[in-house]
Amino acid sequence: MSNHAAPDFKNPVIRWVDSRLPVFSYVYAEYGVFPMPKNLNYFWNFGALAAVVLVTMILTGIMLAMQYTPHVDMAFNSVERIMRDVNYGWLLRYIHMNGASMFFITVYIHVYRGMYYGSYKAPRELLWILGVVILVLMMATAFMGYVLPWGQMSFWGATVITNLFSAFPGIGDAIVTWLWGGFSVDNPTLNRFFALHYLLPFVIFAVVALHVVALHVVKSNNPTGVEPRGPQDTVPFHPYFTAKDSVGLGVFLIVFAFFVFFAPNYMGHPDNYIPADPLVTPPHIVPEWYFLPFYAILRSFVDGWWPYEVVFGWWASAKLAGVLAMFGSLLVLAVLPWLDTSKVRSCRYRPMYKWAVILFLIDFVILGWVGGKPAEEPYVTIAQGATMYYFFHFLILTPLIGWIERPKPLPASISESVLQKSAAK
Amino acid sequence: MRKYGLSLATAAMIAVGGSALIGSAAQAAGGGAHPPQPDYSFTGMFGSFDRAELQRGLQVYTGVCAACHGLDLVRFRELEALGYSEDQIKAFAATYSVEDGPNEDGDMYDRPGEPKDRFPAPFPNVQAAAASNGGKAPPDLSLIVKNRAHGLGSIGLNFVDMLKGGEFATGAAYVSALLGHGYVEEPTMADKMSCLAANPGESHEAYEARLEEFEVPAGGHFNKWFPGCAIKMPNPLYEDAVEYADGTPATPEQMAHDVSVFLTWASEPTLEARKEMGIKALLFLIVFTGILIAVKRNIWRNVKKA
Ligand code: HEC
Ligand code: HEM
Repeated sequence: MSNHAAPDFKNPVIRWVDSRLPVFSYVYAEYGVFPMPKNLNYFWNFGALAAVVLVTMILTGIMLAMQYTPHVDMAFNSVERIMRDVNYGWLLRYIHMNGASMFFITVYIHVYRGMYYGSYKAPRELLWILGVVILVLMMATAFMGYVLPWGQMSFWGATVITNLFSAFPGIGDAIVTWLWGGFSVDNPTLNRFFALHYLLPFVIFAVVALHVVALHVVKSNNPTGVEPRGPQDTVPFHPYFTAKDSVGLGVFLIVFAFFVFFAPNYMGHPDNYIPADPLVTPPHIVPEWYFLPFYAILRSFVDGWWPYEVVFGWWASAKLAGVLAMFGSLLVLAVLPWLDTSKVRSCRYRPMYKWAVILFLIDFVILGWVGGKPAEEPYVTIAQGATMYYFFHFLILTPLIGWIERPKPLPASISESVLQKSAAK
Repeated sequence: MRKYGLSLATAAMIAVGGSALIGSAAQAAGGGAHPPQPDYSFTGMFGSFDRAELQRGLQVYTGVCAACHGLDLVRFRELEALGYSEDQIKAFAATYSVEDGPNEDGDMYDRPGEPKDRFPAPFPNVQAAAASNGGKAPPDLSLIVKNRAHGLGSIGLNFVDMLKGGEFATGAAYVSALLGHGYVEEPTMADKMSCLAANPGESHEAYEARLEEFEVPAGGHFNKWFPGCAIKMPNPLYEDAVEYADGTPATPEQMAHDVSVFLTWASEPTLEARKEMGIKALLFLIVFTGILIAVKRNIWRNVKKA
């Protein structure tokens, strides 16, 4: 942590508290004078934005929970009661519903920023891994939240996803029964999902706190990937980044508000306004958009696809392989710091890897697009190609490019890169 | 400046990429075509309901549809939003008989409806509803417009519609088309194509042959907008099925349109309040963000950045 001496607080109450519990010194050191690289661009806003969304989700969620009934016969109507009878209930629910999408948008951009500028490299590996843990927890939370309104997609999404665990040989069926609390997705499932959906955001909050502590030890990376060399390279957090983050927040809130007020159901699925019916299977069961890339990876694994046959065919069913690959696609993110063999952080100075990272983004978008398509040609082949590329990028391309690439010369310091740039203009 | 350009370009790429990514297919079930999209007054950022359409739509619902379809989530008192006075609503509610109880003797009893009551369901349970309708229970209509909207969920494909504030208007268009011009006595190939899609991998010849042979099963009715073409609902609308209080000629198209507007309101009674608040929220946020940008520029003016 930074070593600035605590300021001399004028207010006696603040002094009294601070000498016993140094919260004011802490805020001063970590958010007042904390040194930030002065060349951060607006992609560095997204962490703060994600934190704002997390708090928003917790606040709206608690208020929804005061009106929501976790029972299969009443959940759907209790949500409609929130929409129709509770004062501003529609507002709470639409903020919460679209907030989940906003959370993933901000976090996906935040993660991609890290990939492009090499923020995962030493000494920031643990910071990065904590981020991946947050992503996984968010996915679990959002999945269980989507089950709560107990519409058709809630029910069938829950059925499809929990059934995946039956792929584990021997213990699979027992796991599924245990998850369900019975022999199908039913009232006990809804109850435990509600309990966990209430709990997990607070776990996320705690991991975010660790993420921030780790950040304040190793400090922010920056677009050059070169560590600040001294005070000429940094500015204090306040007022510079309080101001800059506020601009990002303002723009973000405009986008968020547009969805909440003018297109609140745009990112949802219409079938979820039909009450859950275990006897009627919807023609297409699709997860929420933010899961689609991973869903595409899951579904790529079918009998006869040669990568499946070669890697898994002799020891795992196609279903199990899909599940393992889906979890693997997140795990591989966690070990990225050790897969990347280059010493240079920022793609600004990595002429080859820069393109690899851009291609990866395109691949991820393609995965998301096919993930929402029915499992038929040509989508299956596209999904399989994109899945292969996903793992190829991390497991082969990333180490390989690190070895063969000749990075561009790095600036001696952030200030120097700034001067070079303004001279070039 | 170059840096801003680059950041903007990247942001745009992510936005476009993201929206394509979100472009999941909430594929319209079964049918090959979507019904034409009428201009509804409730779309767009400043959209609101037309009170006359709503009132006529209520007349169609109560006069025709209510014989088979419930409207579980709507209470009489909410009809105030359609432009009725409290007394009118009391009188309207009292025309219904509602089961209440048990009374002191432990018996259930019927009483006249009150504003706090919901529209009573036409059948005591789903089984009874199905039994009286050829084996298929008529769905509750409270959310029908929202849950039949094909635009929602197909994020990449409906980006422009989303920007224009289309929302669930496709669901209203579906209801309007289904009832207004869906029933066809002697369906042509084109009619059949609109409700029966080709199967993946099916040859053109096989598809045409399948359409050629298609027969509506007994107890069904051909409807060119119903996925699968055969619907259990007999055509409920005919010329002058209701007599409009405002004197509008009650053609099937007119009634179908009006009831689709009424059912949109039933699906989302808070639509107008939401848009009104949205305009204020956006205006505030835009001004506020402008101020924040000015403050930020002032603070950063002496820092040399890339
Ligand atoms: C005689 C009874 C009856 C009447 C009157 C009736 N319906 Fe139906 N309706 C049904 C039945 C039965 C179904 C289920 C059809 C099926 O799924 O095959 C249905 C289905 C529907 C559907 C859903 C179609 C779909 O996509 O699944 C809509 C919308 C609908 N009716 C609207 C209306 C409206 C609006 C009116 C009034 C103008 C009306 N109905 C009057 C019996 C009726
Ligand atoms: C990490 C943050 C959170 C995420 C990502 C999240 C996500 C979601 C999602 C996707 C839904 C379904 C929305 C819908 O389709 O209606 C939902 C519903 C719900 N959530 Fe959350 N949630 C979060 C935090 C919370 C918290 C902290 C609470 C309260 C303690 C909560 C309570 C609820 C309730 C009661 C519902 C059901 C009502 C509804 O469907 O609108 N959520 N959540």
